[in-house]
Amino acid sequence: MISFNQVHKRYPGGYEALKNVSFDIAEGEMVFITGHSGAGKSTLLKLIAAIERPNSGSVLVNNQNVGVLKGGALPYLRRNLGIIFQDHKLLFDRNVFDNVLLPLQICGFDHRESSKRVRAALDKVGLLKREKSNPIALSGGEQQRLCIARAIVNRPSILLADEPTGNLDAAYAREIMAIFNSFHQVGATLLISTHDESVLQDSGVRRFTLKEGVLQ
Amino acid sequence: MTRVFAQHLGVLRAVLRRMFASRLAGFLNILVIGIALSLPAGMYLLLQNAQGLVAQFSDTPQISLFLNMDAKTEDVDRLHKQLAQHPAVAGVEFVARTQALEQLKQSTGLSDLISGLEQNPLPDAFVVHPKPGDAQSLDALRGELAKLPKVKEAQLDSAWAYKLEALLKFGRLAVLILASLLSLALIAVTFNTIRLQILTQHDEIEVAKLIGATDGFIRRPFLYFGATQGLLGGIMAWLIVTVSLLLLNRQLGALAQLYASQFALHPLSFGDSLSLLLFSMYLGWLGAWLSVVRHLSQIEPH
Repeated sequence: MISFNQVHKRYPGGYEALKNVSFDIAEGEMVFITGHSGAGKSTLLKLIAAIERPNSGSVLVNNQNVGVLKGGALPYLRRNLGIIFQDHKLLFDRNVFDNVLLPLQICGFDHRESSKRVRAALDKVGLLKREKSNPIALSGGEQQRLCIARAIVNRPSILLADEPTGNLDAAYAREIMAIFNSFHQVGATLLISTHDESVLQDSGVRRFTLKEGVLQ
Repeated sequence: MTRVFAQHLGVLRAVLRRMFASRLAGFLNILVIGIALSLPAGMYLLLQNAQGLVAQFSDTPQISLFLNMDAKTEDVDRLHKQLAQHPAVAGVEFVARTQALEQLKQSTGLSDLISGLEQNPLPDAFVVHPKPGDAQSLDALRGELAKLPKVKEAQLDSAWAYKLEALLKFGRLAVLILASLLSLALIAVTFNTIRLQILTQHDEIEVAKLIGATDGFIRRPFLYFGATQGLLGGIMAWLIVTVSLLLLNRQLGALAQLYASQFALHPLSFGDSLSLLLFSMYLGWLGAWLSVVRHLSQIEPH
């Protein structure tokens, strides 16, 4: 479903974020990417969503080389991905409900269908009662869950999560991980980056470790 | 189809809500656009009215021939025949000097003054209706008739109309230049408004791009905003022109009454009004489009 083939990514200024990275992820797999900050975890995820482009090598998503995708095709790639951002990227000019609604508006769902889906997504992350709140009034963990609701509302086949438990205490982090596990069980492909080794101990899932841009 | 329609309607609703949220700034923008457009629209309207007047008079150009005071009846008869047979003349009327004096008394209300005159100061005259022709041929005819014996003076009554026509051409050009400049101003106003909006919605645009919004989806609300603002500006311009016209007409009515005539400026026709609204809407859209193309590409998620 996702495959990297000898991918190099060098940022302007010469910083090498990824060096000769190759891997394959099958449909329905859940994979953790670990490593210290600056190891290239975020870059790896950004390459999948074509937010960054590789300098060499190929990034295939659903057999499509996203590294050379034209600008006009990008939206349709991204609609197939659910992305959970490290900095949440929530919009504070609208309430919780409308934040989750945005992906559906973009895809042109009608009002009734999208209301149903938004409520289902909010229910899944336990924020149904907060739908009228402004995201700014939510705690860090709630904001993270809101970001997850927005990522899954469109029912994407691939979920990318960048440090989803980054600033959360252990209880919140377990909650979030439980949500991801439930997606894994219904067949979604997940890529989760984390520097938090504690969340990994109990899971026997596949794990990539990046060190200074090299896959160990 | 209905889904697409509902989607566009939703965008329009959001745009109107946003416009309403910044009432004062939005109103000022619309006022600026309205005033900018009302200037050329008002001038155009005045020109239209002047042109209507010209058309009314220059349709029937006449040459008035005033005879010498010593012209005798035989001279008059001979001239009458000569004029009637002239190939460029469609018709001719004789106005005797006594008849002319009578007309003057009746039409001007100066009868007291005229009755006090010792003798009739008016000469015999012919009113010549030439066959239709352009200004030059009419002027040539006038020159020719002026040289006939016993003719003191020949006046082409429509000469002023031709002069006015030339003046109107000048006026139309001035309106065109003014309209072009102010259209640019309208585009600039919209360009800037949309630029500010894009800046304040930077986050929303970035997120929308990240979760799969097409450029069209992101552009749409800005284009709708520009077009709506342009349309409202056009309506404002129409109101300014129409209200000014009503005020002017009231004053003109009083003035015309003093001259015992009726005259009123015609308002903008339906077609012209529609053109004004569509044109200002288009300019608003264009300003927004230029701004969006210029500024949206600068927002790339990272």
